[in-house]
Amino acid sequence: MIRVVLPTHLWRLAGVGREVEVQVEAAVTIAAVLDALEASYPVLRGTIRDHTTKERRAFIRFFACQEDLSHELPDAPLPEAVVTGDEPLRIVGAMAGG
Amino acid sequence: MSGVRVLVGTRKGAFILTADGGRKKWEISGPHFPGWEIYHIKGSPADPDRLYASQSSGWFGQVMHRSNDGGVTWETVGNEFAYEGVPGTHQWYDGTQHPWEFKRVWYLEPSASDPDAVYAGVEDAAIFHTGDGGQTWQELPGLRSAKGHLWQPGAGGMCLHNILLDPSNPGRIFTAISAAGAFRSDDGGESWRPVNKGLKSDFELPDPEADVGHCVHSITMHPSRPDVLFMQKHWDVMRSDDAGDSWYEVSGNLPSDFGFPIAVHTHEPETVYVVPIKSDSEHYPPEGKLRVYRSRTGGNEWQALTKGLPQVDCYVNVLRSALAVDSLDPCGVYFGTTGGQVYASPDSGDSWMTIVRDLPAVLSVEVQALP
Repeated sequence: MIRVVLPTHLWRLAGVGREVEVQVEAAVTIAAVLDALEASYPVLRGTIRDHTTKERRAFIRFFACQEDLSHELPDAPLPEAVVTGDEPLRIVGAMAGG
Repeated sequence: MSGVRVLVGTRKGAFILTADGGRKKWEISGPHFPGWEIYHIKGSPADPDRLYASQSSGWFGQVMHRSNDGGVTWETVGNEFAYEGVPGTHQWYDGTQHPWEFKRVWYLEPSASDPDAVYAGVEDAAIFHTGDGGQTWQELPGLRSAKGHLWQPGAGGMCLHNILLDPSNPGRIFTAISAAGAFRSDDGGESWRPVNKGLKSDFELPDPEADVGHCVHSITMHPSRPDVLFMQKHWDVMRSDDAGDSWYEVSGNLPSDFGFPIAVHTHEPETVYVVPIKSDSEHYPPEGKLRVYRSRTGGNEWQALTKGLPQVDCYVNVLRSALAVDSLDPCGVYFGTTGGQVYASPDSGDSWMTIVRDLPAVLSVEVQALP
């Protein structure tokens, strides 16, 4: 199982805890994890990436294993520690002032 | 009527204020959707317990909610607002063409007869409709054919912020867009045309009487006279007696004719309310005095309403959707400020009380009379 940590607004919106687990059958990429996450929690569709283009929303970041993976290609493999469940993929609302 | 329910959207959540018909003692519930911008919440005239809320965030985009119990509980509904076909382009700040991009829902107008039917006004300006209680939304693309390539965003974005449904003519819909103007459909939203003749924007447009481009801040009508429209433009309070075909100014003796919201008394079609703001560069009341102005003559002759409102050192703004009237007798008037106060008058504006004074900045106020 892949562990995903959600920002406060999104775990509240989905009615879950801060961390959820999703099953990814194919290669473990950001796109595949988001597909699984949105399938399990349809209310999150459109809040992390665009409905149609699937582009990451501007103020969303993806962190894992102390790395910023936000600018990786959506189909790039995630670190092995995420695949094994030792580390979560963290979806983060970026610092944006205010 | 047993009471009223005031629906308040703020920069950091929604609040629901309720009172009995006396409208003196209030209960406050919220924040609902804490931390999210709530541009608009509105109830269905066909089922007052059916509410719709537009929830948005610079981080997480648009979320839509629906309640079937007057706001006690909420469920998420569809949040996909896809423009029909190739979205095309509109004018950008630098004069170039810019692609249409959905940003948020500014305004919700539920049908008078069907709780599942709602119109939504969005940024970048377009009108959408749902017939399934918000699960899916379809654009009425004819609106953007009304010279959409010439529309240009105002400082607040290119938003469709007002939708009026003519209660006597199901085919007739009015919308207002900043900064494009007012538009009318006579065929249920299929086709649209600008209705801006008579508007003058001397300081904002190279052609002050252009067909589109006017910064309309708010429009309203009395349901008994849907051909009579009132408008608060960027500058100027305007009136039309022919469903928008032509407009004339009724600013009269206002201390400033700049402002955002405008409303009509529920039982007196010639009684109109505005909240004058000093200028386009100073968004607060003239002289630091928060005054609602009321005309009982359909414009031109305005009276300041001040009893119970701060008359010294007040520098808040009242945004375009933050003024509402109820249908009780006497008519109640409500407004919210960017300072987080919500004021109510249970006597048509003669006197005011503060319902709540320290909310986040208020974006919208709607009111429902409860059976």
